[in-house]
Amino acid sequence: MLDQTPVNTLPHAPGVGYKPQHYSAIIADPGPVRWLEVHAENYMGDGGRPIAQLRHLAERFPISVHGVGLSIGGEGRLDPDHLARLRHLCDWLQPASFSEHLAWSTHDSAFLNDLLPLPYTDETLSRVCDHIDELQESIGRPMLLENPSSYLAFAESTWEETDFLAEISRRTGCGLLLDVNNVFVSATNLGFSPQGYIDAFPLERVGEIHLAGHDTDEDDHGRPLLIDSHGRAVDEPVWALLDHTLARSGPRPTLIEWDNDVPDWPALVDEAARADAALVAAHPAEAPA
Amino acid sequence: MTRQGAFRSAILDPAQPMPPDLLDGRGGPAGRSFSVYRNNVAVSLTEALEQTFPVIRKLIGARAFATLAGTYLRAHPPRSPVLSRYGADFPDFLARCEPLAHLGYLPDTARLERALVDSYHAADTDPTDPAIFSQTPPEDLPRLRLRLAPATRLLRSPWPIHGIWRFNTQEGTPKPPHRSQDVLVTRPDFDPLPRLLPRGGAEFLSAITSDLPLGDAMERATETAEDFDLSALLGLLLQDNAITDAALDEEAP
Repeated sequence: MLDQTPVNTLPHAPGVGYKPQHYSAIIADPGPVRWLEVHAENYMGDGGRPIAQLRHLAERFPISVHGVGLSIGGEGRLDPDHLARLRHLCDWLQPASFSEHLAWSTHDSAFLNDLLPLPYTDETLSRVCDHIDELQESIGRPMLLENPSSYLAFAESTWEETDFLAEISRRTGCGLLLDVNNVFVSATNLGFSPQGYIDAFPLERVGEIHLAGHDTDEDDHGRPLLIDSHGRAVDEPVWALLDHTLARSGPRPTLIEWDNDVPDWPALVDEAARADAALVAAHPAEAPA
Repeated sequence: MTRQGAFRSAILDPAQPMPPDLLDGRGGPAGRSFSVYRNNVAVSLTEALEQTFPVIRKLIGARAFATLAGTYLRAHPPRSPVLSRYGADFPDFLARCEPLAHLGYLPDTARLERALVDSYHAADTDPTDPAIFSQTPPEDLPRLRLRLAPATRLLRSPWPIHGIWRFNTQEGTPKPPHRSQDVLVTRPDFDPLPRLLPRGGAEFLSAITSDLPLGDAMERATETAEDFDLSALLGLLLQDNAITDAALDEEAP
């Protein structure tokens, strides 16, 4: 078991990505779900139902704010308007955690609404660290940085992704969000060992784990090309990779993400219950001798 | 061009070549896996536009809408990660779209849909106490100034946009009439509501939002419609929590 530096206050228990259609069901019976995650960009209006619902949920559950649009890996400077919106959200909501991605999405002020990849070089490392310093300064708290799902690699990369993330965490003090499905997707697409990636990951810096479903396509050579679609249940090999991770890290806040073709609440409860079982099995006090 | 500049061009325009020096992780070139990004961007931003403009999509059909969304994306990529704002200039884009020129009502219908989404996310305010209208002496009523809730939006159109919107969102509604329609979007609680305004209503509300007192606004309305029914419109505004403030203007004569 690893000692963990506290980077957030989420419980080491299952959470789910919040969808407004589940509002009444969650209030009525959250089941094993102990915390909720919301996408920051969906709560940046001035008022109305989204903000009212979030205020109400925050009275009952720890909330994790997950940004999907800051473009931390962008070549240009961070959007000061967006930084101000994130600060405002963190100020009034006081979430239990804030996370963003090792990716970029904005270039020349055009927002492309996808988590786009970046090469791992000394130059991109220092740029990402500067942006994380600026964000953490702005929201007044440490953030978690999420590993990407990859479909390709860059010829100019000189760092392994795990070393790159560890070095960012060391330089900026940020925590890490380990998306186990992303690891499986990237490992399949780029031909490396997902267990080897987990073993090389700085697990002591992990403040949250993500799980999600993926789609399967084919690349030019007929090899499987996995797409991080968040549109179905978590696959068996990803559950196995979660067990592999938790055996090394101990229990961590673990989230079920299901953003497309969102099912009824009971299906999410089933996924959360399975995550709960994996977390209990990984707990030192409750693990079999 | 920078790395990300080349990505941006190739993602937005499939006719552009893939950025160079991308690998498949096994020493070979990345190949078609780059199209995952193209697809993610096109699909997610088309969906974002569909969410804001479902009636436009229904009117022109899903396929035409998707094509249009692609053209719009290349010309007007989102400027903010807050996607509920995406499509602010989509109504103007529709107005300039030559192949849709025969559907003259599309831009104003899109403006109504845009207004509904803006209203949904607008700031919350407490409605005014309706007692102000009964407690103010009748001779003072013309000096009353009203403030409308941030979630209200006034739209004027030569097209029957209220009828078009209802016909395409609510089953069993009659076909839209052949006439111009003015609409006030209100938000009684959390759900925006397009209210068809009577003749003179838009003149009245334009005057109110220009901070003119009730008497002047009433005058504007009756210039257009002699039979303008002030109490009916005020009743509607109160019912929809659309008035946040009503105060006597002490400086007016």
